[in-house]
Formats: sequence, C-alpha cells, structure tokens
Amino acid sequence: MSYVVSSRNATFGSRAARIGMYAFLVASAIFFLLPLLLVVINSLKPMEEIRQGNLLALPINPNFDAWVAAWQSACSGLDCGGVRPGLWNSIKITVPAVVISTLTGALNGYALAQWKSKHANLIMLLVTVGLFIPYQAMLYPTVKILSTVGMFRSYVGIVFVHVVYGLPYTTLLFRNFYIGVPDEISRAARMEGATFLRTFWSIILPISTNVLVVVGILQFTGIWNDYLLGLIFAGNDSMPMTVQLTNIVNNSRGAAFPNVNMAAALITAIPTLLVYFLSGRYFVRGIAAGAVKG
Amino acid sequence: MSSVSVRQIRKSFAGLTVLDSVDMEIAPGEFVVILGPSGCGKSTLLNVIAGLDERDAGQIFIDGIDVSDLEPSQRGLAMVFQSYALFPAMTVRRNLSFGMEIAGRPKTTIAEKVAWVAKLLQIEALLDRRPSQLSGGQRQRVAIGRALVRSSSICLFDEPLSNLDAKLRAETRVELKQLHETLRSTMIYVTHDQTEAMTMADRVAVMHKGKVEQFAHPQSIYEKPASLFVAGFVGSPAMNFLQGRLDHAGRFQVGDIGIDTSGYGFEDSSRERDVVLGIRSEDVSVVDQGTPESIPATLAFTELLGADALSWFQCLGKRFSVRLGVNEARAMQPTVGLCFNMAKASFFSAASEQRI
Ligand SMILES: Nc1ncnc2c1ncn2[C@@H]1O[C@H](COP(=O)(O)OP(=O)(O)OP(=O)(O)O)[C@@H](O)[C@H]1O
Ligand SMILES: [Mg+2]
Repeated sequence: MSYVVSSRNATFGSRAARIGMYAFLVASAIFFLLPLLLVVINSLKPMEEIRQGNLLALPINPNFDAWVAAWQSACSGLDCGGVRPGLWNSIKITVPAVVISTLTGALNGYALAQWKSKHANLIMLLVTVGLFIPYQAMLYPTVKILSTVGMFRSYVGIVFVHVVYGLPYTTLLFRNFYIGVPDEISRAARMEGATFLRTFWSIILPISTNVLVVVGILQFTGIWNDYLLGLIFAGNDSMPMTVQLTNIVNNSRGAAFPNVNMAAALITAIPTLLVYFLSGRYFVRGIAAGAVKG
Repeated sequence: MSSVSVRQIRKSFAGLTVLDSVDMEIAPGEFVVILGPSGCGKSTLLNVIAGLDERDAGQIFIDGIDVSDLEPSQRGLAMVFQSYALFPAMTVRRNLSFGMEIAGRPKTTIAEKVAWVAKLLQIEALLDRRPSQLSGGQRQRVAIGRALVRSSSICLFDEPLSNLDAKLRAETRVELKQLHETLRSTMIYVTHDQTEAMTMADRVAVMHKGKVEQFAHPQSIYEKPASLFVAGFVGSPAMNFLQGRLDHAGRFQVGDIGIDTSGYGFEDSSRERDVVLGIRSEDVSVVDQGTPESIPATLAFTELLGADALSWFQCLGKRFSVRLGVNEARAMQPTVGLCFNMAKASFFSAASEQRI
C-alpha cells in the first residue's frame, strides 16, 4: 500500500510546485505588463480625464481621438503630420537593413565556421571585439567616413550604418550555429561538385530557418527601435519613426498632450510587437535549437 | 573500374603527423579495406584521396593520371561518410539527384539514374521523405545510393556501418559485398571492425600511427602478420605473445626452456637475438606438465563459447588463451604444459617489432 501513499504525496508535491510556478509567472507578467497597461489606458483617455491626474484610473469615455491625432496631426516642431511619415521611413530603413545584415551575417558565419585556421580565430576575435565596442565610440569616425564618401545624412547612409553595426552580431550568431552543423554535410556537397555559394544556398540556408528567424527578429527590433543612429545618420528626409516620436513628445510649442504622446509611443511599438507575436513559435524554437545544437 | 595509387602521402595537422609516407597500389575493381584503431588516420587518408583534405606531400594517381591538385568532384569518385551527411532539407530524391543537377545532366537521365539506384537499394518507397524521417539503416542506404547514383568508378566508404545495430550491420555487410560483385567498381572501405575487414576485403591495409603496417590478403594478415602491432590488433582473442631469445642453434629460449623452431620458416637467418613469439589461441595445445619443450601453465578460467571454448592460462606471468573443444576444456587439469605449433607461429624482432 505504501506506494499509493507516496504517489499521492508526489502528486500533491508536484501540484504545489506547479501552483508556485504559475504564481511566479503571473507575478512577473504583471510586473512587465503594468507599465504597458498604463500607457494603453491613458492613450484611450480624453484630455479632461488626463488632467484629473490619476494615472491608474480607467478611462470613463474611452476613445481613439488621441491615437488619430498621434497618427496624423500631432506636431513635432513646425510640421504637424503625426508619426505617419516616420512609419514609412522606418520600414524603408529597417527591411533592407535587416535582410542584408542577416543574410550577409549568415554567409560570413558559414564561411568562418568552415574556415579552420589560426586566421579564422583571429577574425572571430576581431568580430567579438566589434561587438563589445560601444556605438558612441565609433560614431565620430563613422560620421567622418560617410561624409567623405557623401553618404552622411542620407537614406543609403543609414541603411549602410545599420548593416555594418549589425554584422558582428549576426556573424557571431550564425557562426555559432554553423559550428554545430556537421562538417561532413559541406564535404558531401563538395563531393557532389557544389561550389561554396551553391552549398550555402541549397543546403545550408534551408536548414537555418530557425536561426534566420531569431536573428531576423533581433535585428528587426534593434533597428526599428534605434534612435541614436537614425538621428545622426538618417538626414531629414528619412528620419525614422523613433526620432519623430521624440520630437512629438518633446515638442516645446503649445500645450503637452500626454495621451497623444502615449498613443504615438504605442503606434511606434506595434510593428515589433507584431513581429514577436507572429513568429514567437519560431523564435522559441530557434533559441532552443541554438542552445542544444543541431 | 579504376586503379588508385597513393604515393608517399604525408599529412599533418598543426605539427601532429597524421599520415606518414603512405603508399598503396590499388588494382581496378579491387575491394580494399583500411583497418586500424581510432585516430590512426584512416579518415584522413580517405579524405586526402577524395581531395577533401589537402596533402602536405606526395601524389594521388587515378588510372595513372595525377589527380593530386584536382577538386574532389573532378576526381570521379564518390564517398559515403561516417555520419552519412545527407542533406537535411532535401528529400531523398533530391539528395540522390543533387550532384547530377549540378553537373547539368538532362532531367530524363537523372530520373532514370535515381530510379535505378532506388531499385538497387530498395529505397523506392522512401524517395519523397526527408532524412529526418528515416531510420538509421534507411539513411545509410540513401547515403550509399548517393554515392552509387553517378556510377563513379571508385567509391570511398568511411565506416558506413558503424552506426547500425549488429544484425543490420551483418546484413548490410553481405549486401555491400554483393553490390561490389555486381558493380565491380573499385572500393576503398574504412573500418575498425575486424569482421568487416576479414569478410569483405580482397586486401586489407592495416594502419597504425599514420603508417600502413601491412597491405595484404586478409588471410595472410591473420596468419602471417608483418609486425607486432598487426599481430596484436587483428584477431580475437588477441594473439598470445612470449618474450624470449633465439640462440645460436635457432632454438627459442624462454627462461630455462628451449623450444625447437625448425617448423618455422624464418625470413632472415640472423640468430642470437631477442625475439617475441606470437601464437594464436588455436595453435596452442595442452599437454601434461613436464613434457619436453612445453611451457608450464596454470588454468585461470574458461569461457564456453558454444561451439568451442577458450581456456585462459597464467603462463610465465602472462595471460595465455587456448582454443579447445568444450569437453576438453571441461576436463582441464589446473596445472598443465603448453605446446606451440611452430608452423603457425610468428616471430618478431624485439628491437624492430617486425616479422622475422
Ligand atoms: N581537422 C583536424 N585538425 C586537427 N587534427 C585532426 C583533424 N582531423 C583529424 N585530426 C587528428 O588526426 C588523427 C587521425 O584522425 P582520423 O580522423 O583520420 O582518424 P581515424 O583513423 O579515422 O579514427 P576513427 O576510427 O576514430 O574515425 C587524430 O589524431 C585526429 O585527432
Ligand atoms: Mg574516421
């Protein structure tokens, strides 16, 4: 009979552990979601309710007026067109920068994983160093270089800067993934007569979906949320959304509209949230794949 | 069918010599097995022949033509890898056809070839699956299929059966051998499994520390090992060894016992030196203790193997195995004498470890 008792104890123990785990998860979820919730609530309030000063109160007459204003009529400096023009700029910058930095990183990573010599280790070391040098330290030389070649404050310039600053990161991630891919697969392809590029394209890329998604998402979030590089390198015609958002929030002319600011912030954040929601499954799978190899 | 000659190949990785002047002449259509312990350079040799690894010195000839500087795909050989190395994202069909697609062969030829090899290896039902949906044995068939599909005249195999269970391994061994009979292509087959080497090979090359110690017919490797290493490596149980000295009359002296060696065909006639006698367990006979020219031994234990038995003796401080009939082993006395069949023995120079 004793095993019945012990198994009952076990279920009790594991149930307690389970409850504890969920409690912890719910608590952390609240901790992270509360600020977001506040922003959402207040973006739905009209100005009168905001003026009452209670951030935590639920909106009495919820509406999307602030969102509409943020989207098309909020003022940053002299022009009052909302964040709408910035959205298009951000897409124009982010999409090519993500695609180029991810694919080039994959190719670099594969080459480095294949190339087994002391030089390869040295290059890996340099890449890692590139990863740890803060942007700020590289800003001035980058500005200098881009001005010399006439790409400073231009659309091409900002895409280029994002690609270059992203490469150490993407190269490292892909290289670490490809190190785990058995060497014999590439050798087999070579026996079949495939060139390096053909092997990469037909055999290696198709088994990299999960990493591609992870790196793509990390790059997307990084580049979309970037403010500093956009401010410095983008030029007036291609300012990304984040810069416009700051300008709206910091607008010194006229009254402050916290509800509009919050709505604008949310609109700016929507694309990254979407990307996470749509690819969450791949993301988790990719991170797991990277962790256990293969 | 193509001949392969490996001439004076050297290769080292970061100062570690992995291949040390390897020479091998392989006749067209021959089935050669490269046998050796882990890390002795078997895979490296295969990769150098294939062109996947750079050599440091020496040449590779195929059909008399120096291919040492050609790309792997230009050497006209195919390879089955130790881990199969199938292309994970491709179906079996594409795995088989990929090489021909790259070579720009017409679609109809490709389809015919794939159908032929699929039938040959009985993988027709698997053609539209991916490698991850196959069992180990099926993957291994596909890997062999990929090597055969282009009808290369030389096939290299790197331990293709090492990941299979014992039964499947035995079956595939027979099939591979039959495949070789049908296709008659030259095959170079790496393994550290002795049974594979003994049963499949026309000739076996035993490698040790980057050198080919002996390259001969499997039976003569078993019976007349060229060096102490080959003698100890090939055969199960391992060959028994006894250190001693050849006296001026050609008798083998061990302790105060002298044994007549006139039944043994010495390859060189120098006497008065330290030697090692090697003798297989089936070439030892058990006699009463004290019989002239016998070595005293005490029984340690007996293993019954079904058909016959192995008795292990303690003899001059060493373990000695003797293959006996089951009844004979059961009736064994605790102290006996051991006699050796000199016609089947091997003598090695203690200094050079080579056969004498
Ligand atoms: N790329 C490499 N870099 C450095 N050393 C290597 C490399 N490849 C092989 N070696 C070394 O060369 C030696 C021979 O390796 P090889 O793979 O040829 O052995 P093997 O005989 O095939 O062994 P196994 O039976 O275990 O497959 C080993 O000591 C190994 O550590
Ligand atoms: Mg090997």
